[in-house]
Amino acid sequence: MRRKEAKMNKLQLILKGIIKENPTFVLILGMCPTLGTTTSAMNGLGMGVATMAVLIMSNFVISLIKNLIPDKVRIPAFIVVIASFVTIIELLMKAYVPALYATLGVFIPLIVVNCIILGRAEAFASKNGPFDSILDGVGIGLGFTLSLTVIGAVREVLGSGALFGYSLGVADFMPLIFVLAPGAFFVLGYLMVLFNKYLKK
Amino acid sequence: MKSTLFNMVAVLFCITLIASAGVGGVYQLTAEPIAAANAAAVTEALRQVLPAFEETTEQELTLDEMPITVYTATSQAATVGYAVKSMTKEGFGGVITMMVGFDMQGKILNVNVLSQAETPGLGTKMAEPENVLLKSVRGKNPAEINLAVKKDGGDVDALTAATISSRAYVDAVARAYEAFTQVSGVGVDIDDPTGATDAASGATETMSADAQEGGKDE
Repeated sequence: MRRKEAKMNKLQLILKGIIKENPTFVLILGMCPTLGTTTSAMNGLGMGVATMAVLIMSNFVISLIKNLIPDKVRIPAFIVVIASFVTIIELLMKAYVPALYATLGVFIPLIVVNCIILGRAEAFASKNGPFDSILDGVGIGLGFTLSLTVIGAVREVLGSGALFGYSLGVADFMPLIFVLAPGAFFVLGYLMVLFNKYLKK
Repeated sequence: MKSTLFNMVAVLFCITLIASAGVGGVYQLTAEPIAAANAAAVTEALRQVLPAFEETTEQELTLDEMPITVYTATSQAATVGYAVKSMTKEGFGGVITMMVGFDMQGKILNVNVLSQAETPGLGTKMAEPENVLLKSVRGKNPAEINLAVKKDGGDVDALTAATISSRAYVDAVARAYEAFTQVSGVGVDIDDPTGATDAASGATETMSADAQEGGKDE
């Protein structure tokens, strides 16, 4: 019985990142990459997945070393850990998956300044164990990925009449503004309203 | 953990040491694969803009304070064409780099945009296959056409609602041609007005329908 309960909690750790503590629509974190990179569904997905990879690793390492770090220098310590992971991922992608790097490359350095990563390091990984921190990274990462993909998909359909790069054949009638900066704010705002009204109970 | 001057300095020192060792180690490991991947990408880009070739020799130039690389492609000891890696800083989203292939007379064989940060859905069309810009420069010799967008009185059709991006594209192509003339020695006064010109003027005719459409949307 007890074991089952513990299992439920682990699952909830992941689910809360997607709905209850969705980083984009509820916590409103990481707005810069959210607004900047979601010009298409594919870009949103790419940014989300890259962020999730860094988040899981940084959460894991920070939860391991949290007891060794003096309180006053914890933020510089976290930033060094995060920036190192981002650089390592960038180098590895360049070397072994150059095609993927060509599409995602521009987003990778942006991850360092994504406050979700530092936010989760502060709020979760520095207070919880390694396994829970990984699950938190998976949950928040999935929430971020899903949100960005949805925003990207809506903007791509409305702005350029395509979805994941496949043209829907209506490109000429679509209001271009949705792929430009103002469209990002419109779509984000309306999705945030809908999300909080219907999903976050 | 409680902070003291000693443990703060010690911990930060250790963390930065480990982190930089990690990054340095990965850099060493990946330096070779990255160089190989970059070389493969260049070869692939060359293949797309040049006729079949066996070897290339490269030559670095500096035009307008920008590094331009000219690749001379040879096949069986004869030069078959030139590819120029050109760039411009005039793009709407900053720097645009492209590979432009020229034949021996200076006719543009193909243009391949390598990197750009233009507005998605507008300026990014310059990197798509068979876009208006590419269609209006491919097969043309920059010495024979007015290499400028139609809005500026030239012969190149601009992308819809992306005049700045289109001007940048033309700027980079023009710089590529300048580099080509410097390396190949082919001047503006070429005397080959026979076949090439006919083909070019024929193509210009079919292009003009697109042009009007593009101009209206500006």
